[in-house]
Amino acid sequence: MSKSMSTTAPQKSVEIHIRRRANPDSPAYWEQFEIPYRPNLNVISCLMEIQKNPVTKSGERTTPPVWQMNCLEQVCGICTMVINGRVRQSCSALIDNLEQPIKLEPMSKFPNVRDLVVDRSQMFDHLRRVHAWVELDGTYDLGAGPRMDQDQVAERYAYSRCMTCGCCLEACPQYEGDQYIGPQAIAQVRLFNMHPSGKATRDERLEAIMGDDGITNCGNAQNCVKACPMSIPLTKAIYEENRETVLYGLLGWLRK
Amino acid sequence: MASNGTKIAIVGGGLAGLAAAMKIAEGGHAVDLFSVVPVKRSHSVCAQGGINGAVNTKGEGDSTWEHFDDTVYGGDFLANQPPVKTMCEMAPSIIYLFDRMGVPFSRTKEGLLDFRRFGGTKHHRTAFAGASTGQQLLYALDEQVRRYEVSGKVRKFEHWEMLSLVLDDHQVCRGLIAMNLQTLELKAFPADAVIIATGGPGLIYGKSTNSMVCTGSAVSACYQQGAKYANGEFIQVHPTSIPGEDKLRLMSESARGEGGRIWVPRKERDMRPPTQIPENERWYFLEEKYPAYGNLVPRDIATREIFQVCLEGKGVGGENQVYLDLTHIPAEELDRKLGAILEIYEMFVGDDPRHVPMRIFPGVHYSMGGLWVDYDQRTNIPGLLAAGECDYSIHGANRLGANSLVSCVFGGFVAAPAAIEYAKNIERNGVDGSRIYDQELKNQQEINDRIIKQSGTENQYVLHQEMGKWMTDNVTVVRYNDRLKATDDKLLELMDRYKHISINDSNLWATMALPHARHLDNMLELARVITLGALNRNESRGAHYKPEFPERDDENFLKTTIAEFSGEGPVFSYETVDIGLIKPRKRDYSKGKKSAASTSAGDAGGKSTS
Repeated sequence: MSKSMSTTAPQKSVEIHIRRRANPDSPAYWEQFEIPYRPNLNVISCLMEIQKNPVTKSGERTTPPVWQMNCLEQVCGICTMVINGRVRQSCSALIDNLEQPIKLEPMSKFPNVRDLVVDRSQMFDHLRRVHAWVELDGTYDLGAGPRMDQDQVAERYAYSRCMTCGCCLEACPQYEGDQYIGPQAIAQVRLFNMHPSGKATRDERLEAIMGDDGITNCGNAQNCVKACPMSIPLTKAIYEENRETVLYGLLGWLRK
Repeated sequence: MASNGTKIAIVGGGLAGLAAAMKIAEGGHAVDLFSVVPVKRSHSVCAQGGINGAVNTKGEGDSTWEHFDDTVYGGDFLANQPPVKTMCEMAPSIIYLFDRMGVPFSRTKEGLLDFRRFGGTKHHRTAFAGASTGQQLLYALDEQVRRYEVSGKVRKFEHWEMLSLVLDDHQVCRGLIAMNLQTLELKAFPADAVIIATGGPGLIYGKSTNSMVCTGSAVSACYQQGAKYANGEFIQVHPTSIPGEDKLRLMSESARGEGGRIWVPRKERDMRPPTQIPENERWYFLEEKYPAYGNLVPRDIATREIFQVCLEGKGVGGENQVYLDLTHIPAEELDRKLGAILEIYEMFVGDDPRHVPMRIFPGVHYSMGGLWVDYDQRTNIPGLLAAGECDYSIHGANRLGANSLVSCVFGGFVAAPAAIEYAKNIERNGVDGSRIYDQELKNQQEINDRIIKQSGTENQYVLHQEMGKWMTDNVTVVRYNDRLKATDDKLLELMDRYKHISINDSNLWATMALPHARHLDNMLELARVITLGALNRNESRGAHYKPEFPERDDENFLKTTIAEFSGEGPVFSYETVDIGLIKPRKRDYSKGKKSAASTSAGDAGGKSTS
């Protein structure tokens, strides 16, 4: 293959710095890698290349970096990490669009398991807590569901695309430890409180986000909505549910 | 009710596994649910188009029988017909159930579910939620199963991988051995019945449209322990996917429906950017070879032609890629008609398909074959059931679009009561029951220990790549017996080299290396089943095409291929197909998407490329 003589010759290698950790009890450290450039590389394919032959830039053998991946189409949410300081999915992070050296770090708001892997089970705990489901009578044939107009469906669809990736929580300045349940769960409350059958158990969901770590901890930084890879209107969900909880609290007080 | 300690283990948390879990928990029985990823991240999320069910809300005279006929016909008559009929009859109620669960299906003006057209049918039969129907259906089941998790009926074991079944002295399934993917701890999980719902084996081909968990590893483990594997050679290859360095992403057929043209440079290895290659130096090979159909030749022809061009080294840059060109169509028209799929291309490739031709290539997409099951989703191993893509039952030799989601849920819904029924009637393990678990635990631990200790020079990722390349080159679209034989020889060589791998990771905590080594071993075994099944089937049917045997041969091959494991490799036998409901007929390619190599007169489907 002939080499291009152009002054804007393509980069010949990709330099990647990975923030690593052997296990939750050991300290984090950085390692640098360099792999040959090919067109259309994404962060995942670089990691695969390093995994095949785990040698650092300075030529030392090391353990293969560990990360999570599955769909590689930005719809499963598993491969989320912090890339050049920005939280996003690594499958859709294209090398050609990233400044080098590329810095890969695990998300900081979740327990670090190893290297780029974090434990996001707290997000699923939140879904349990807010009862993010419709209370079905049963799975036997009861005919069609309630009629809905397309506008309402479109709004629910937006919330229903949440892939539980954690970008909103990583970006949220209030989400730290057990301080705040966060936009992810609140948006799911919105999703089910909007549904004609889901409404029946609306109160349970509202109560779940009214505690000390509840919706009022939102600091209105609006980072979540900017970080969301699915463009979910998270701030709208927080606004709507905040209104609902205030009304519910007020009525509850009147009932006393 | 008799829920006295009944426990069903389900392996896999996609649509089929979650559907089964929900049904079993609803019946008051306990479920242990195993998944290598959090179930909400299963491969079902990738399905986009929709879910089929003949509701006839558009006044088109659709019926469940019509759905049944389309499915059997599209599958080239290889499927046993009774379960297909049952599935099609159940399909509308499955869609309505998801509607009740809150899936945001797209609506008509009247507020009813909307349905759209899909391949292989003339009816609006496909319910859809935007362009992410699989994701929406999976989430609905995930939510319902979470509800049962809260009530204590379902225990989830996420980031646990099934390694093997526990079989008793009578080859009855009594549970499974699973590995914790962080600690590598192995544990025996007794169960009254096990349902396998682990999806397809696309990773055998290296890169496919499948997610990274789709290794077929658990299914292969079952096969190696005595489960029959059926119709393995039937692998669907989609004509247009986006070649990536890490995977192949699907590019919808609608791009060609809207006028997209497929071409390669006439000069091999012409490295000029596509926009600088003049019209007369482009080879629009589909238009040239199929003037009547052009770029809208049916799916199998398009796949075969693109594949052949690339095998001959005529792909763009000598690589496995051809151009799918939309740049001659005004950008605003493209945005209006194809916006969503163009955005996917843009996001992952980085090029704007409105101005730069897309580079596409056929991609391994779906396995019609899988674990053999009876009409109650039971495998030949008592106590072991299977549902979803990992079973062979519904799609015959070729799957119709939007039938996969419905077949997954249907499989789960049939497997659940069958597992409960079985569990109610078995004798529970005796006092000496722990012996079989201890023994299998020991077997699996020994395999892990051996792999960890090995310090050979072979690289498992290189072996995987080689397997993927050989399988993709030889066991996909066009199949020749000599190459299939050579591929099997290669697989045997890889199996031998596998014994000399080193996992290259001194840190075993949450390592990816040991699980991958286990997958690779299992993938190699299943690759032989696929390859030899193809070698043995000397005909062309659905996705299985042999130029040496270009016709469907009902007399000799209207049969289900059955592979059984032995130390010397798969042993093949054949089973009669139940064709009692619809008499097999030659597929009429002038109206269907699946066309024979014939280019005789006909209509490509009413679409024009003008």
